[in-house]
Amino acid sequence: MIGTEFIRVLYIDLTNKKADIQERKDLYKYLGGAGIAVKLLEENMKKGVDPLHESQPLIISIGPLSTIFPVVTKAVATFISPHTGEYGESHAGGRLAMAIRNAGYDAIVITGRAKKPTYLVITDKNIEFKDARAMWGLDIEETGRVIREREPGPGKRSIIRIGRAGENLVTYSCVNVDTYRHFGRLGIGAVLGSKNLKAIMIMGEENLPIANLKEYFKTYQEIYKKVTQTDAMAKYHELGTPMNIKVLNSISSLPTKNLLQSTFEHADDISGETFAEKNLVRKVSCVGCPIGCIHIGQFRREFDKGYEYESISVSYDHELIYALGSLLGVKTTDEVLQIIEEVELVGLDAISTGVVLAWATEALKKGLISREDTLADLEFGNTMEYIKAIDNIADRVNEFYYTIGNGLKEAVKKYGGEEFALLYGGNEMAGYHTGYAFALGQTVGARHSHLDNAGYSYDQSAKEIKDEEIIDYVINEEKERAILTSLCICLFARKVYDRPTILKALNSIGINWTDQDLIRLANDVFFTKLKIKKELGYSLENYKFPKRIFETPTLWGKMDEERLNRLLKMYIERVEKEYENWSRGK
Amino acid sequence: MPKVLRADNMNKCLGCFTCMLTCAAVNHNNHNLAKSSIKVKTRGGLQSKFAATICVACKEPACAEACPTNALVKRPGGGVKLIEEKCIACEKCVSACIVGAIHMDYDRKIPIVCKHCGACVRMCPHNCLSMEEVSE
Repeated sequence: MIGTEFIRVLYIDLTNKKADIQERKDLYKYLGGAGIAVKLLEENMKKGVDPLHESQPLIISIGPLSTIFPVVTKAVATFISPHTGEYGESHAGGRLAMAIRNAGYDAIVITGRAKKPTYLVITDKNIEFKDARAMWGLDIEETGRVIREREPGPGKRSIIRIGRAGENLVTYSCVNVDTYRHFGRLGIGAVLGSKNLKAIMIMGEENLPIANLKEYFKTYQEIYKKVTQTDAMAKYHELGTPMNIKVLNSISSLPTKNLLQSTFEHADDISGETFAEKNLVRKVSCVGCPIGCIHIGQFRREFDKGYEYESISVSYDHELIYALGSLLGVKTTDEVLQIIEEVELVGLDAISTGVVLAWATEALKKGLISREDTLADLEFGNTMEYIKAIDNIADRVNEFYYTIGNGLKEAVKKYGGEEFALLYGGNEMAGYHTGYAFALGQTVGARHSHLDNAGYSYDQSAKEIKDEEIIDYVINEEKERAILTSLCICLFARKVYDRPTILKALNSIGINWTDQDLIRLANDVFFTKLKIKKELGYSLENYKFPKRIFETPTLWGKMDEERLNRLLKMYIERVEKEYENWSRGK
Repeated sequence: MPKVLRADNMNKCLGCFTCMLTCAAVNHNNHNLAKSSIKVKTRGGLQSKFAATICVACKEPACAEACPTNALVKRPGGGVKLIEEKCIACEKCVSACIVGAIHMDYDRKIPIVCKHCGACVRMCPHNCLSMEEVSE
């Protein structure tokens, strides 16, 4: 809590409809966000128990700077991933961090399983377990509407919820946060589904007095200026992340048609520029961010003859345009938005959904699966058939969809096609086929995300690829990001929040940390995640990269399998050594 | 000439709430935007447009008329000033304000009323808000 030296944790037991609040002084050294979420996961997780067992915890946390400094907008969730079976971490913007802050908590730990579908209402004055039976089966949009109409606090509340995919325990179902944001990856939607938890509404009016207004506001304004008046974040409020489409395409790094290609002949038709010109209708922000990177695109759909149209608005980003666009060979912005809409409504992770469908398209063509399995004519570019398939995934309509609802890893076990399954560390690939650092980075990153260490950025900026340098980069960047994510700073603001700025912000609100404290935190977070993974059986021994990634040229030409394997070995050796040193110091 | 707050460009609003965070901090020394006198919210879900509830600077303020202790006095240019010492937290001003611009700070037991100080305007990244010069 601001102005105190403890972390205020709300524990919710869904089975017994009970809540408890603890003020944890011992967690203070983990600061917030990923730092405290990883410690709370370590304490509460059950080894050797199914990720979707009711005893497994779901943790959501914020940090000391959350909402009260510009672009400190994220909430961090940790859980045991039903998708990979190991460490699960996901970040979301929107209004959730503000709402948790205003309700007076730093972290929420949810365990148990409600006897009937339930939604939680958490405020600074109350915790309520409410009947959600009538909402079970409703899509994301309707669920949000019902809660908005039933509960108070417009402008001050956050509503997070799952769709049918989460209810049906699809291991890459997501949690929708305030309509346009998500806890996207690693199956957190299924974690809520397994708890019979349809939604959470949170808000509060907790008194949060400012200890030193002069110091705080001076620092606030300095950072605000840096955010709004320099080009540190210009990319994000102009074209947004979709500007990557053209860039990646021009350097043979845009995964296309299940990575049969790394350039897309229709890249210009689905580029950030085209989206902005044809579909962009507005931009919105997470609370506390003056940038407005959430790009809302609109498309119209004819539902009857005689100029009968409906118009639909959805948010788009690079990863979605890649996974539901180029990777599926979809060649117009309107069609990409239509697929995004379907993914949104049922509550799936857009990246995994696209990658699974791209694999299924190729598997169907190769005869590993049949039309009787897919119930749709999956073919690159065939938008309407993909929309059918997305519904089928959410509803797990037959054995095939049941299997692919457990992710690509399960799908290849049953049907084969491992060589063209775009998996890194058991998680579906993100939208960068840039080269070695990306491939290694997503594989070894704590949550197998391209955002763990941004290997793609090394690939794109290096003048020459050097093995040692890649290892250094991937390790150092992940540790640096552990600081940012423990503070819940949006990674888009990483250029704004360098170490001195972070320390200045912390010091201005009375947290007198030093650079050494931040380095200690980075190591603790990095290695605690690894410790959790090891306890859950994670190992990269005998790890095999999919063949496809070596067949398609990257920015640096075709990757050499031996070299990537060597890099992986180097990484394991380096980290194991560091891990032992860290463990000994504990 | 006195100035009053206007929110005439809310179609440009991003929903970043920086105006509210600033108002709550600068005027009420608080991090909770519930303490802000400007209130931004959607017209119903994030898919709708944003709207700002602000003090419209009435020349004949109903809130001041409803106040039984003269804690709210007319401000030059419109709107009111709060004299905290005189406030008994009866909340009559809250119901008298038909645009909903006044709400209670229950921690301090006073109503939160806009001073038309312009802090929110200075921190709006999209110029949705402005200060307008008006006659006394």
